[in-house]
Amino acid sequence: MFDWLLASPPERRLLGAASRRAPTPWVIAIMSFTIMLIAATGLALANTAGVLSRAIETRYALEVPAAGTNLDALLASVRSLPSVSSADAVPESEMRSTLERWLGPAAKSRELPVPGLINFDIRPGTDLGGLRQHIQSIAPGAHLVAHRDSVAPLMRSLTLLQAVALGLVLLLSAAAAAAVVLAARGALDTHRFTIEVMHGIGATDLQVTHLFQRKIAIDAFIGSIAGGIAAGLVLLLLAGGAAFAGELTGGATLNLVDLLILALLPFALTALATVVARTAVLRALREAL
Amino acid sequence: MAAVAEFDSVGLRYGTGAEVLRDLDFRLRTGAFYFLTGPSGAGKTSLLKLLYLAQRPTRGRIKLFGEELSEAARETLPPYRRRIGVVFQDFRLIRHLSAFDNVALPLRVAGAKDEDVEGPVREMLAWVGLADRASARPPTLSGGEQQRVAIARAVINRPELLVADEPTGNVDADMANRLMGLFTALNRLGTTVVVATHDVGLINATAGAQMIRLEGGTLVDPTGSLRNPPRPTRGSA
Repeated sequence: MFDWLLASPPERRLLGAASRRAPTPWVIAIMSFTIMLIAATGLALANTAGVLSRAIETRYALEVPAAGTNLDALLASVRSLPSVSSADAVPESEMRSTLERWLGPAAKSRELPVPGLINFDIRPGTDLGGLRQHIQSIAPGAHLVAHRDSVAPLMRSLTLLQAVALGLVLLLSAAAAAAVVLAARGALDTHRFTIEVMHGIGATDLQVTHLFQRKIAIDAFIGSIAGGIAAGLVLLLLAGGAAFAGELTGGATLNLVDLLILALLPFALTALATVVARTAVLRALREAL
Repeated sequence: MAAVAEFDSVGLRYGTGAEVLRDLDFRLRTGAFYFLTGPSGAGKTSLLKLLYLAQRPTRGRIKLFGEELSEAARETLPPYRRRIGVVFQDFRLIRHLSAFDNVALPLRVAGAKDEDVEGPVREMLAWVGLADRASARPPTLSGGEQQRVAIARAVINRPELLVADEPTGNVDADMANRLMGLFTALNRLGTTVVVATHDVGLINATAGAQMIRLEGGTLVDPTGSLRNPPRPTRGSA
């Protein structure tokens, strides 16, 4: 299956020295470098979204509009509910400090009504409808808000950014494939005479294709690995050492599976380039007799 | 006697131009020696291209080695091409390969192992007088030397059909005689030889050879003076 990779010295000499000066490895290296960085960013974003999603999945906020309500009693009632695993009240002072960022010193004014706020987590499988009814019975007028609804726009942004990252990876892969097609066509033009002579003495299309496929596979492998190593170094630098890609995503890290995916990308790019080169060369050769 | 090639109403045109070959009907007997003659532009090189499968006829049928190949799928052609040795007028040597590698190419394409290549190639280079030029590349060889490398490459595989386009055009008389001696020797071993040439002396010096004369793209024998003209399969060619 991989016989074509094992060319004898005479077979290697067939394409001569000119092809060694081709820019293909450089192009592939740049593509590989960019793809790795974008893929790392996308994976880190996915992890961020996952961490955030898991953190808020069971979290709810109970807004109690009537100022002066006995928040401690209400907190105790909420904690006593069997479907609630934990609950904490947000102190009024903390609420006012938060509001101060937007309202300035006016946020400290007692004339400004500040709702009571209790954050709580529910147990898996809780009947939300029943819980709402129960809360309405103990705190009429209170408003139950799911945290996931509050951060839905952020989650949508994260999902969109992941899709953009995936799209860019696919686009760059397509660009790399296009570069390989151009390189293959250029190589065919450069070696048209050699190909004609080989065909004339009975070489098959596969024999001719193997020469170019092997050359482009080696170029792609060298370029992919070089670009991958460069991207790895950049990620290490950005992450400041151990926490990979941390700065790219505000603290999200890459796990072992992510690192494995990133490590496989240069090989995937090499495989893509090899398949594309083989197809392009075979197709071009079929145009001749 | 079996035919190595049979042409039946063969015509050839390039693109939308006029036919450069018309109504060719003839057969080449296995093991025979043919000279292809005719004025410049008569279609000799085009006829040779049809013979060594570098061109398909635009009409008619061509059988090579008993197989109809006019419309054969291109992927079926390489095994037939390996049975044909070709000496091109412009040598067609690969410039960046040594004389040794150029001569060894047909053997390697046919799948010969390196240890089976060395001996025959050295022997062949010695026969054409280039034993000491094995590592030289074509641009450093004279025209005659390049011609000899091209001939060595064409015959290294002991082809069943040898097609040569003006093979002695760039060599001196002595070397021309030696090369014709090689062709004759190959012919005695069973190889059918077709040599396109203007060299009347060469034709007269080759005993037993037959002639194919082309004029204006058709096979002719207007004077009846052709020596052993090939037997037509039909028509008046």
